[in-house]
Amino acid sequence: MKVQLYRGQRGLDRRVVAAVALGLVLAVTGCSNRATAPASNPGPGSGTASGGPRPAALEGTVLVDGSSTVYPIAEAVAEEFGKLHAGVRVMVGVSGTGGGFKRFTAGETDVQNASRPIKNSERRLADQNGIRYLEFPVAFDGLAVVVNPANDFVDCMTAEELRRLWEPGSAVTRWSQLRPGWPDREIKLYGPGPDSGTFDYFTEAIVGRAQASRPDFVASEDDNVLVQGIAGDRDALGYFGYAYYVENTDKLKLVAVDGGQGCVYPSLETINNGTYSPLSRPLHVYVNAERLKRPEVEAFVRFYLEHAATLAAEVGYIPLPDRTYRENLARFEAATR
Amino acid sequence: MAVPRVAVAAGVMDRPAARRRRDRLAHGLFLAASLFGVVALALLLAGVALKGWSALSWTFLTSFPSRFPQQAGIRSAVGGSLWLLVLTGPMVFVWGVGAAIYLEEYARQGRLNRIIQANLSNLAGVPSIVYGLLGLALFVRVLALGRSLLAGALTMTLLLLPLVIVATQEAIRAVPKSLRDGALALGATRWQTVRLVVLPAAMPGILTGMILAVSRGLGETAPLIAIGALAFVAFTPSSPLDPFTVLPIQIFNWTSRPQEAFRELAAAGILVLLGVLLALNGLAAWLRDRAGRGA
Repeated sequence: MKVQLYRGQRGLDRRVVAAVALGLVLAVTGCSNRATAPASNPGPGSGTASGGPRPAALEGTVLVDGSSTVYPIAEAVAEEFGKLHAGVRVMVGVSGTGGGFKRFTAGETDVQNASRPIKNSERRLADQNGIRYLEFPVAFDGLAVVVNPANDFVDCMTAEELRRLWEPGSAVTRWSQLRPGWPDREIKLYGPGPDSGTFDYFTEAIVGRAQASRPDFVASEDDNVLVQGIAGDRDALGYFGYAYYVENTDKLKLVAVDGGQGCVYPSLETINNGTYSPLSRPLHVYVNAERLKRPEVEAFVRFYLEHAATLAAEVGYIPLPDRTYRENLARFEAATR
Repeated sequence: MAVPRVAVAAGVMDRPAARRRRDRLAHGLFLAASLFGVVALALLLAGVALKGWSALSWTFLTSFPSRFPQQAGIRSAVGGSLWLLVLTGPMVFVWGVGAAIYLEEYARQGRLNRIIQANLSNLAGVPSIVYGLLGLALFVRVLALGRSLLAGALTMTLLLLPLVIVATQEAIRAVPKSLRDGALALGATRWQTVRLVVLPAAMPGILTGMILAVSRGLGETAPLIAIGALAFVAFTPSSPLDPFTVLPIQIFNWTSRPQEAFRELAAAGILVLLGVLLALNGLAAWLRDRAGRGA
């Protein structure tokens, strides 16, 4: 008898659980069945696709992965491309440059975003797996060296001073050790963590060997954390992507860098024409050559190369000289012909 | 044990004022301890709400990610999170409750059981990224599921199983032995006893465990990044084999952008995530009440 009583109870539970599960499924599928939202705002990149008047009935997927630094550009390209070709699913991951190359060289992705050129070891992997690829520079990124706004003595530093400060085993702990006349106070260093491409690039450009850095600095993979740290510490010095300085000019003081030809501040102009040296770097995309035979991949890469300049500028990066983009497109057309 | 306690009690009986003072002190301390969490949570929520409230709108909920903060939304992330929930929930429930029933009601209390038990406790403490790497090797590569929702849901299931198993075991253990004995005495088989007596009585506890586990799963980022969940997805998945993104990944992505407006979006995303979690918890409380009534 008692057993019967519980059976009634259980039946009720099962109905409730089923109703709830059904509700959730409906909610999800309801979301997904509506097609991609129509392009309400035709951004600057729309109305183009110059490589022949291809009917906009492309379908398929394009898988992009790689650097989180390049991600905003790829996101912008994917967004605009999606407005033209609603049938193509473009997906962008942020595995980092190294993590992305692992996938790219294994043939798992179509397009790879990279904040540094491909390494020899990665090139060998691609060869082993029979992956042929094309490399295109898409924008410049400058690295900004910044100090706290209350710092009234640092305006410009030489690349040599930066090297002495950041090299492994550096004994420099006070400003006065860096340049006579600077105060005898401790320097607090801030920089990106060792998994970031920015760290790779800075150490390569300043110390001469990628990943070679003194270890005793406040490290964060999130550049906004570095901004906060430097903005709140009178004796701070740090470096990160130029875009992060542009968004926080009121909280930070920019330091000019003397790479041998006088003090130069990073700016749109000095990074674009290469005078801000050695701390500006090209950002790249790598394209799997075999996948270009798929029309949706070809169309996406063409769109990427055609609009990299405008879209990169929109998300805070610095366009390359026009000549480079023309060369990119010429090489692309030659490869796809 | 009882002797010293009596002695102490006798000792303080002499000074009632001191005893009461100590009682008030303890009261205050415990109140402060419980308020600490509440205050911290309130501050956190207030901070996020202030920052994210203005960005929260219908457009935000129904738009895909965009480089323009005003047009960006979390539709694909909400869709991905809900899909993951719908796929993970039933798997965790069936496997977790099944394992717990076996361990509590069927398995012999021997060495094997103790080894399984110890391993379960250890598994519950393994960092989530380790499950992500396991999922990458096993589901993405070996089973060739690709970087799909299904691979993500299976990984998440592994991650949450120990939590659900342990919670279910506790709930089953709390069912009075007299109920089982009664059922068995009436001639019910062991399975009938479990199905009709033990499980209904344990259901409130099991649901609590489930909801805690699923809430944790909703907030997990690391294992899903490891198996290759994406950052930019301009569609909601339509099958378990589709690639996906989830709320925490989208939020993380926005917090690391240089523009302040994206961080407001991140705060709004956190509000949505909290909303989903609170709704789930409310649902669980409701289910628990229903299940608990009369059991």
